[in-house]
Order: sequence, then structure tokens, then C-alpha cells
Amino acid sequence: MEGAADMESRNILEMTGIFKSFSGVRALNGASIVCSYGEVHALLGENGAGKSTLMKILSAAYQPDRGEIKYKGQTLTHQDPIAIRKAGIGIIYQEFNLVPELTVAENIFLGRELAWGGFIDKKTMNQMAADIFEKLGVNIDVNIQAKRLSVAEQQMVEIAKALSFNADLIVMDEPTATLTTHEIDFLFKTIRRLKDEGKTFIYISHRLEEIFAICDRVTVLKDGALVGSRNIGEIDKDGLINMMVGRTLSDYYPPRDGKKGQKVLEVLGLTRKGAFQDISFDAYSGEILGFFGLIGAGRTEVVRAIFGAEPAESGKVSINGQPVVINNPVDAIGHEIGFATEDRKQQGLVLSLSVKKNISLPILGNLIKFGFLQLKKEIQVANSFVQRLHIAIRNLDVNVGYLSGGNQQKVVLAKWLARDCNILILDEPTRGIDVGAKAEIYLLMRDLAKQGKTIIMISSELLEVIGVSDRIIVMNQGAIVAEMPAIGATEENIMHYAIGGGE
Amino acid sequence: MSSPSNENVLRRRTKAKFDLPQFFETYGMLIVLVVLIFACSMISPVFLRPGNLFNITRQVAVIGIISVGMTLVIITRGIDLSVGSVYAFATLMMAGMKVGAVPNALFAVLLSMVWGLIAGLLITKGKIQPFIATLGLMTAIVGIGLTISGGEPFLGTPKGLQFIGQGTLFGLIPFQAVLFAVIAIAGHLMLTCTKFGRYIYAVGGNEEGSRLSGIRVDTVKIVTYVICAGLAGFAGVITANHMNFGEANIGSGMELDAIAAVAVGGTSLGGGTGGVAGTVVGVLIIGVLNNLLNLVDMPGYTQKVVKGAIIIAAVLLQSMQANKKK
Repeated sequence: MEGAADMESRNILEMTGIFKSFSGVRALNGASIVCSYGEVHALLGENGAGKSTLMKILSAAYQPDRGEIKYKGQTLTHQDPIAIRKAGIGIIYQEFNLVPELTVAENIFLGRELAWGGFIDKKTMNQMAADIFEKLGVNIDVNIQAKRLSVAEQQMVEIAKALSFNADLIVMDEPTATLTTHEIDFLFKTIRRLKDEGKTFIYISHRLEEIFAICDRVTVLKDGALVGSRNIGEIDKDGLINMMVGRTLSDYYPPRDGKKGQKVLEVLGLTRKGAFQDISFDAYSGEILGFFGLIGAGRTEVVRAIFGAEPAESGKVSINGQPVVINNPVDAIGHEIGFATEDRKQQGLVLSLSVKKNISLPILGNLIKFGFLQLKKEIQVANSFVQRLHIAIRNLDVNVGYLSGGNQQKVVLAKWLARDCNILILDEPTRGIDVGAKAEIYLLMRDLAKQGKTIIMISSELLEVIGVSDRIIVMNQGAIVAEMPAIGATEENIMHYAIGGGE
Repeated sequence: MSSPSNENVLRRRTKAKFDLPQFFETYGMLIVLVVLIFACSMISPVFLRPGNLFNITRQVAVIGIISVGMTLVIITRGIDLSVGSVYAFATLMMAGMKVGAVPNALFAVLLSMVWGLIAGLLITKGKIQPFIATLGLMTAIVGIGLTISGGEPFLGTPKGLQFIGQGTLFGLIPFQAVLFAVIAIAGHLMLTCTKFGRYIYAVGGNEEGSRLSGIRVDTVKIVTYVICAGLAGFAGVITANHMNFGEANIGSGMELDAIAAVAVGGTSLGGGTGGVAGTVVGVLIIGVLNNLLNLVDMPGYTQKVVKGAIIIAAVLLQSMQANKKK
């Protein structure tokens, strides 16, 4: 018994055998995670594996049906998120909770302002906030409005806020999803510094490289249950993927078939001042053309211009050798171009509508008979795509807002597949989705290419660009700086161009 | 979780379980209406007499027709505050012009649609918020009406179309109520079974997403405002034939009654959800309530308090259900 007590005292957090169901659907099925003091602990699993639910239980946003939570050796029974924060657990969600109009300091002390007789003591608050940032080694003016900060800076404010509660355990959910490489480096430095001070982190990410870079230990969940925990030194990438999906990296990228058809899309001198200039490239049927660049390189702007979402100022676009004028998305779709946007929730889907209605949205014109929609045919069409893409849903009438990221992305793809576009532009098609769904989407893209479609993929993940594309275009500061076949391309080579390294 | 087999998907679909919260969400307001009717029949012996019931349907027909149009606009995430003015202006055109009943009616409805077109253009091309654009129109149209009529009602609607305001079907069912029913059914079918109806939901749910899906968002919105104003104008034609006069201020406050009926019917002002079926229930709840308060001789001022409280209670009930779901 003595030994067991000793073991426990090294653990800051023990969540064991956690069960949680939502209206009959089991989200957690005996999930567990055990973190020791002063470690960075990765929590890994496919979408829907239960990571977020487990963390929401930790934050007391949900109450578990069953299971035990021990924090610093004490059973945790808090029922509300504020008590949890005061106990020293800080949770930083993917979407930050800053009030854009308030200053940095006001955000940090939101809801517990220091006041003298009803008047806010701005000076002390600013000083205390500035102290935290100094300790963090971050240079942020505590007096400017949160909306004027970059995403990375906002994240630092969230960390500072957690620290202002004297947090000893900090949970970060996908913290790097929207950061640049440089910003990620800085975040890691900050995490290491805090770790040296004895803080513990739970780090949720889909990017395996990061987990190897920053984490000490990893816990993998699958279908709401614990698969296992490993020290990071004891496992490699293949091993991790295997734990997550029971599949290894070699099955990950589908084989190319190397058949390039005729020229389908020709872009010549496309320019919009301040966004991109003199963009010229060709795309062929049967190929996947990858666009790589750092955030802000202008890739999204170029494809939005081709799709007519924000037309270019000058330049020419030809499809199948014919010059075309595309002033809006209606024109683009008329020329059989489809565009799956980077931001699924804001631009890709109508979250208040069902899966069925989202899939059929671009093809309603084909489903009409005597002015009325053929609702049965709509169900058939939607169903066929749900099955083809393995979209995991209970029924077609579920609102897409309730689906996981991977399934939402599949619905976006289904939409454009239903439309049977010849040119399919996919902007960050696998952002924020899990390994299993990624592999399925890669396979689907390759299948489409084999059928003679032209696929243009924008991606910020180097390995994905190299593994999936046939040909790669690299952009930097609104211009195309390199073009190369994917076979033989290396991460170093592409990055060299992407950061403006030139010839 | 990630990919259940296809049989799994199908099996789960056939095994649709009865879901009580879902049932309340879908039929909650209908239950409220039924309970209300039951309560009314207890309170007032007159209530359930056919004469009284048909009276209710006639009383709600005009506001009901306006509410159908308002439903469409609100689903696109818009609002139309000008319907009361458009309605009143149509009564002026119907009653005041010396051409003849049918041409008057046609002109009144067409002109109403022009008001709607102006609202739609201001909102889409002028990029003015719907609330402000239609608030301005609301005031301006009343002003034009008062100018034309000199502030006096136009008495004596030209003969020929009285039956749409005063007539009955089989000597029993008010013709107004029949028109409301036809328009409500048409509106419901349009929303649920046509491409345009689906686009209305899509635009209200996610405007940018709809645009990038190839929907002509501006056109959808403009047409919606034209339909809404056209229905308000048609309601005005009915009233002018019913009351035998037209007046520039007669529609004052009707936009709020219509919005209340839509909200009670479960259509969210946040756009993208709701429907005409709910609005019909909302219109009837308010109509039955009005009728009851009159039957029990409640003073007018107190009636307003009760009505307001009931509207808030109904919407509160829905919002509590929506929150529980989260």
C-alpha cells in the first residue's frame, strides 16, 4: 500500500474508467489518462475517439456517468468550470474565449476584476498582467485590444490567463492549428520554459511531428476507450498511427498511377494587387496538383480568384483550351469547377441544414420535376455519397453542425462529387481531421484523378503535399517561386523555396 | 466511430426510436395550441361554437397571410418592418382608385411587390441592414399614403371583389380563411419541396457558404422580399374589400404582430430554421388567445399585457428546449 501511495503522489492527474453517453450514444467507454508532475502529455486519437469529451469532463463542462478523477491526490468533484480553474486546471480551447474589444489585461482578469469600491483598479491589473508576460518571456502590450493581436499572441494571452489562476495543469487543444512555423517554435519554447517550472501540460494535436518534438508521454484513445500510454522514446510514428487506427504509414498515401491526361486548366498572368501577381500555371486531367506555401503566401487567394469568389484584376483563365470569364461562383460551377474551402464551418457548409440538404445544395437543379424537388431521389443521391465516402452518421437528417471535423469534410467533398466537377479545388482538405479520415480522403482524391478529374490541392503540411501530389507548385509572397514533380521532392527543398530562398 | 459499415447505418435508420424531447421540439407549439383550445372551451361555453371558430379563422386570415411572407424573410435571416405600411398602402389603392375592382386589386399587389423589390435592392445591392432598410421604407410608405389621401380614409371600395373580404364558402367558411389556407399551404410546399425554398434556408443558414455553392444569394433575398411585400399587399386588398375602405395608417403595428406570430411558431430570428407550418400554429395561438380574452370581456389594456406575456412565455419555452439540447 505504501508503494501505491508513492506512485500516486507522482501523478498530478488520474482520470480512470470514465464513461459518458449523450442521449444513448456512448462517447466515452472507460477512457483513462494519467499525467505525472512536470510532463508534457500528448492525448491522441482519431476524431470522435473522445479526446474533447474527456477534456470537457476534466473542465467540468460535462459530468461523467461513471469514473474517477483525482487531481493532486484528491478526488475531484467540482461541478462548475470556474471552480476547476481556481483549483489550478487551465484549459485552452481551439477557439479562444477572448473578448475582442477588451484589452489584454482586461481579458486576463475578466470576471474577477480588481476594484476599489466599484472602480476598476486598472493600474494594478496592468502591472500584474505585464508581470505574467515577463515571466513568459513574451512581449505583448497589455493595454491593446485583444482583436489587434495575431492568433499566436491571442494564444499567449490565453496561456497568461491560465497562469494568472496559478494553473499547474494546462490543457491545450490543437494549439498549432492556425500558427506559422515560427510561431509554433515560440509556443514550444514557452511550453518548455513552463515545464521547467514544474507545470504539467496535456497536449492535443493531430500533428504527429509536434508530438515527437514537444511531448514526453502519449496516451492514445480509440472509440472512447484507452488504447495505451507510452513514453515518447519508446514509440515511433508508425507505432503511434498503428495504435490510433491499426494501420501503418505505408498504407497512408495511395500509390500514384502516373497517367497525366491533356491540359484542362490554363492560368496566365493572374494578378490582384496586394494578394498575388502574375500567376501562371497549367493543370492536367488525371493529376493532383499540390500548392504549398507558408500562411499568407497567397495560395487561397489565387484559387478563390479562379473560382470567382473574389475575381482577379487581370490575367486569363482557359479551360480545355477555351478562354473563359469567371466573375462569380455561379460561372465557375458552370465551367465544372468545384471548390471545397479551407474553412468548412464558415464557407463550406450550412451548419443548420442536414447532411442530405448540404450534399444536394449544388445539384438541386438536377433534382427538379415540374418545379418540385424529387425528395426521394435526393435521399438516394445523398445516401449513395454517404456510403461511398463512409460518412459516419445516424441518418441523413442529422444537422452537419453535429458531425466531427472529418465527417464534415467528407460532406463538403460529397457536395462537389455530387456535382461531378471536372476541376476540383481542395483548400486544406485534411485540416483538423484525424488520421483515419485523412487516409480515406487521400484515397478518394487519387480515385478521382484516376477517373480523369483534375485536382488542385492546397496544403500546409509538407509530407501531405509530397505524399499526395503528382506535381507541386510553391508560392511565396503572392508569386509562384517553384514547380517540381512530387517524386524526388524533399521537405528541405520545398521549404527552401517557400521561405523565399530562390534558386 | 469513424466508419460503421453501411448495414449499420441502414439498420440504425430503420430503428427510429421515439424521442420525447425531439417530439416536444417539433410539436411543442401545436400542443400549446391544443391545450389553449381545450382551456378556452372550459372557460367559455361560446368558444367551441362553429360560428365562433370560423370567426377566429376570419380574424387571423389577414395577419396570417402577412406572417407567411414574414416567415420567408426571417428564414433568410432578414426582417421586413414595412409590411404594415405596404398592407395599408394596398388598402388605399384598392379603395381609392376609380378604375374598377379587379384592376385596382392587381395594381395594389403589383405596387406592393415593387415596394418589396426596393427593400430587396436596398438590402442586397445597397448593403443596408434589413432592419434599417425596411424601417425607412415603413415610414416613407405611410408618408406617401397620407400625402395621397390627405390623411383621410378612402371610403367605398369599388364593387366586384367583395366576396374575398366578406364572402363565405358553403355559407360557412370565411373566404379570407380559405385564402389564408391556400397561401399557407403554397408557402409550406415552396419551402419544403422546391429549389427556391431550399435556397432560402441555405442563405439564412450560411450566406457565404451558399454563395460559394453557386447560389445567387442576392436574387434569392430580393425575390423573398418581393413575395413578402406582395402577400402584405394582397392582405390589404382583402381588408379593403372586407371593411369597404382604405386608410394609410391601418397597418400600424401589424409588422410586430406578424413577427410575434413567426417567433411563437418557432422560426428563429437567427435565420436558417423554421417554417410556415409553425407560423400557422403561431398565428392561431395568438388568434385564439385574442378571441378568448374578448369572450371573457377582459379590458383592452389588460389584454395587451396578457398577450405580451404569452408571446414571451412561448418563445422562452422554445429557447429552453434549444438550450437543453446543447
